[in-house]
Amino acid sequence: MSRLVRMDRTGHTTLAEWTAEDPDAVEAAVQAFRAELDRGYFAMVSTGEGHAEQVKELPLDAELVILRLPISGG
Amino acid sequence: MATVPLPETAAVHWRPRADAQRLRRRGQLWTATTVAHVVPFVAVGVILFVVQPLAAAVSLAAFAHAWIIPELYAARGANVLRPKARTDAGAERTALGLLGDLVGHEAREGHARTGLVVERGSLGVWVVGEAGAVLVSARGRRAHCFCVRVADPTLPSGDRIAHLLLALRADEEGFATVANLAFSGARWRVRRRIPATMRPALDAAKAFDRV
Repeated sequence: MSRLVRMDRTGHTTLAEWTAEDPDAVEAAVQAFRAELDRGYFAMVSTGEGHAEQVKELPLDAELVILRLPISGG
Repeated sequence: MATVPLPETAAVHWRPRADAQRLRRRGQLWTATTVAHVVPFVAVGVILFVVQPLAAAVSLAAFAHAWIIPELYAARGANVLRPKARTDAGAERTALGLLGDLVGHEAREGHARTGLVVERGSLGVWVVGEAGAVLVSARGRRAHCFCVRVADPTLPSGDRIAHLLLALRADEEGFATVANLAFSGARWRVRRRIPATMRPALDAAKAFDRV
């Protein structure tokens, strides 16, 4: 089961869960993913130890997709 | 595989992209600036005392300036690691769970003890906190203190660290470009300005950087 989570004030919120075999769940996840990107979130997936990648399309095979806010110099 | 630049770098397009050489130069500039602050005050203190020993109080004031100015810079650097105000306990626990999923067992234990995550990178070893990160390089001798924040101040501490960690992992040089350099200098100068509970993280970074 893959998960789309957003880091927020609650710690994190799971926005969608899907498996590739469930087209309805995939569609819901894609919609949720796009809505969060439109709100200004960036989507990240881990690509091995110490590495991550920003994605602009929902990677259906990823176990965990994390939505983060932009960072800036403090 | 080429690294996709961190999107936040677009907001600081005028900055040259950070790399090992640029960081080394910036570190040297910081050292030169510190010397330029310290040497005149020390010289004034010595000369005044030699010329007029009765002006010893003024000499002492000059020496104090020579000591205080680098200390203030180091304190500014150490501030990037200081913990921020906590949000509600439930959110903190949830955020820690996600952060724990992102890091290995050793880093998780280290975070539980120090509140910081130690992460090896290509530029050195990073110590990631809630409001910034310290890059330990030059075989553990130098610390570059970067101030970075997330747009949402209501995030729990674990999420703030996770934000920085994910950005760092996606594009380390981009992360160092976006972040503001608050201090660069000897690691020990930062170490003694952070809470004692956090010092093992800087020690671990030094040990990693020497491997």
